[in-house]
Amino acid sequence: MAFRNYILVCGGTACESVKSQQIYQNLIAACKEHDVADEVQIVMTGCFGFCEQGPIVKILPEDAFYVKVKPEDADEIIREHIVKGRQVERLLYDKSGSTRHARVEDIQFYQKQFRIVLRNCGFINPESIDEYIAREGYQALERALFEMTSDEIIEELKSSGLRGRGGAGFPTWMKWNFTRQVKNDIKYVVCNADEGDPGAYMDRSTLEGDPHSVLEAMTICGKTVGANKGYIYIRAEYPLAISRLEIAMAQAREYGLLGNNILGSGFDFDIEIRLGAGAFVCGEETALLQSIEGKRGMPQPRPPFPAVKGLWGQPTVISNVETWANVPVIITRGASWFNKIGTADSKGTKVFALTGKIRNSGLVEVPMGTTLREIIFDIGGGIANDKKFKAVQTGGPSGGVLTEEYLDTPIDFGSLVKAGSMMGSGGMIVMDEDDCIVDVVKFYLDFSVDESCGKCAPCRIGGKSLARILEKITKGNGTVEDIDTMRTIGEAMKKGSLCALGQTTPNPILSSLDHFHDEYLAHIVDKKCPAGKCKDLISYWILEDKCTGCTACARKCPVNAISGARKEVHVIDQNACIQCGACYETCRFDAIEIR
Amino acid sequence: MAKMTLEELRSLRERVQGDIQKRDIEGKDRRIIIGMGTCGIAAGAKDTLDAFLAALDEHKLTNISVTQTGCMGLCYVEPTIEVIVPGMPNVIYGKVDKKTAKKIVEEHLMAGRLVTDHIFDRPAADIIKKDGGK
Repeated sequence: MAFRNYILVCGGTACESVKSQQIYQNLIAACKEHDVADEVQIVMTGCFGFCEQGPIVKILPEDAFYVKVKPEDADEIIREHIVKGRQVERLLYDKSGSTRHARVEDIQFYQKQFRIVLRNCGFINPESIDEYIAREGYQALERALFEMTSDEIIEELKSSGLRGRGGAGFPTWMKWNFTRQVKNDIKYVVCNADEGDPGAYMDRSTLEGDPHSVLEAMTICGKTVGANKGYIYIRAEYPLAISRLEIAMAQAREYGLLGNNILGSGFDFDIEIRLGAGAFVCGEETALLQSIEGKRGMPQPRPPFPAVKGLWGQPTVISNVETWANVPVIITRGASWFNKIGTADSKGTKVFALTGKIRNSGLVEVPMGTTLREIIFDIGGGIANDKKFKAVQTGGPSGGVLTEEYLDTPIDFGSLVKAGSMMGSGGMIVMDEDDCIVDVVKFYLDFSVDESCGKCAPCRIGGKSLARILEKITKGNGTVEDIDTMRTIGEAMKKGSLCALGQTTPNPILSSLDHFHDEYLAHIVDKKCPAGKCKDLISYWILEDKCTGCTACARKCPVNAISGARKEVHVIDQNACIQCGACYETCRFDAIEIR
Repeated sequence: MAKMTLEELRSLRERVQGDIQKRDIEGKDRRIIIGMGTCGIAAGAKDTLDAFLAALDEHKLTNISVTQTGCMGLCYVEPTIEVIVPGMPNVIYGKVDKKTAKKIVEEHLMAGRLVTDHIFDRPAADIIKKDGGK
């Protein structure tokens, strides 16, 4: 019998962590109890993107969007929505607090988005190959195997304007073409799923929600360039993505879409998974290839580029997950469809992981050319808790910090670099007035220093030196000359480092020195941290006129630095205080001030 | 399933495409809304709903969404349903049993003619001509 309702339950990692699996089980049980089990199809899908509001349950055809669903809500959803046709008002997404938004199209978070890469995420069951096939899946592979020549495929990619989504933005067709032109019996196709930027989870969600799109793309590439073997290098910290990939690969093999003689075409291609141990540098392509070979993940000088001499010295096409996920759509819908989306030099869409002090954090896919303001304020809903926007960090540890004046920058490869940041793989961390720029930059720098492989001196020594200077500044021991020293070291690292990790490590410092010069000076000259984050530069004081003598702060203080009798003004002993901020958090009368 | 040939993949896609299109709501501007209040259910709204789905399947109509709502207030002629088709007035039909459901699909949705003897509201029943305005 035909289904009359479809219940889509988010099965992304974020929603799984808040019991979406239990919701799924409870929904099935409730359907049985209410005798509607054979009329309703319940599907565990990939990420819907709106992680802020998870776990998400969507019911079609009503298009009802239930948010923050708890396992115990399952029975009510079935009883009311499915049996009685009444939507469960209290679970519908509610932005303003006054009107409930029943339908997805009314939700602002989705309004400016355009989904190519995430086309199937949150719609199909990623563990069912049939559902992928039903959504034009493996149609591109059909065309590549039976209708198009390698020349035509490369020409299609070229006119689509697709550029690599991993950070550098290198034209994808050129990589394919280089590898294809090398005469060699053995060639490889590699998917870089070693997503390492703090706060970024685009690739994980794509693999969790639509693993077949990557498998199909790699097979098409194999056919085009003459490779018969592919590797997916994915970090072991992504267990759900790995298991979905394994299921997808087994299904594709069973259907004859991977393996020998694919669809009877005579073409052989298979894919293996290689697990990474979570080293950030292994996201760099040459280090990644070393790691697949079983060696220590260290970058190699380029040229020769992997396209010519890559894995085990053989020509290798290597692209990241998001780039691959674009390929089947381009082949199926055509380059002329794809290249109408985006800007002159950046075609298509880009997925961002929007995090930080933002109201709607989540996964966002927008056409290239969308401005930062649209992403942060329209899709992201602005800054959480009505604080003031301070800056946005794009491109992860390799990117830069952009201020309010850059909010109208259209997002494409060129514009972001011009503004002093970069596209990177798509992490986007929003900061508000309570964030200290020096502190944030120090976090990124410490990350890059930790993750440096240590092979080349500019990165190893330069990074450490920068970190030491920043440490000094946040302790209140900085000098004005330190700013110039940091610039000099940063510029040297950019020129002298072997790989992108070292070349981009100074980016957060260099961009913030330009945009937040005053804040650095406040730390160095005035010995003050304006945002109140750097512990060594702040002190807590009790305001006499506001203190009621409730003793709450004194009881919280871990070092007993606060003294005072009941109902009398309390005092902090500045010598004993460790600036932990516990009293500040505790006081209900705003009687404690940061100076 | 064993390894497929190109033809088998294509026929599999055709077979599964229909199912997934039903899930998709984009571009579906024709809607059948079924009153599933207690009154409707008691009068057999579930059989009506199944009959609509079966009729759409039979005629391979994929661009129509079938949704439910609560009681429409016309409890004396349950099961009640509303049909929304662009270019035609929104119509509430009453006393829709399995046979009528099939008729509504074939007449209203496919041929563009109102099923006048079951209209109970919107547009007002008394201004509807018996021959459906033809």
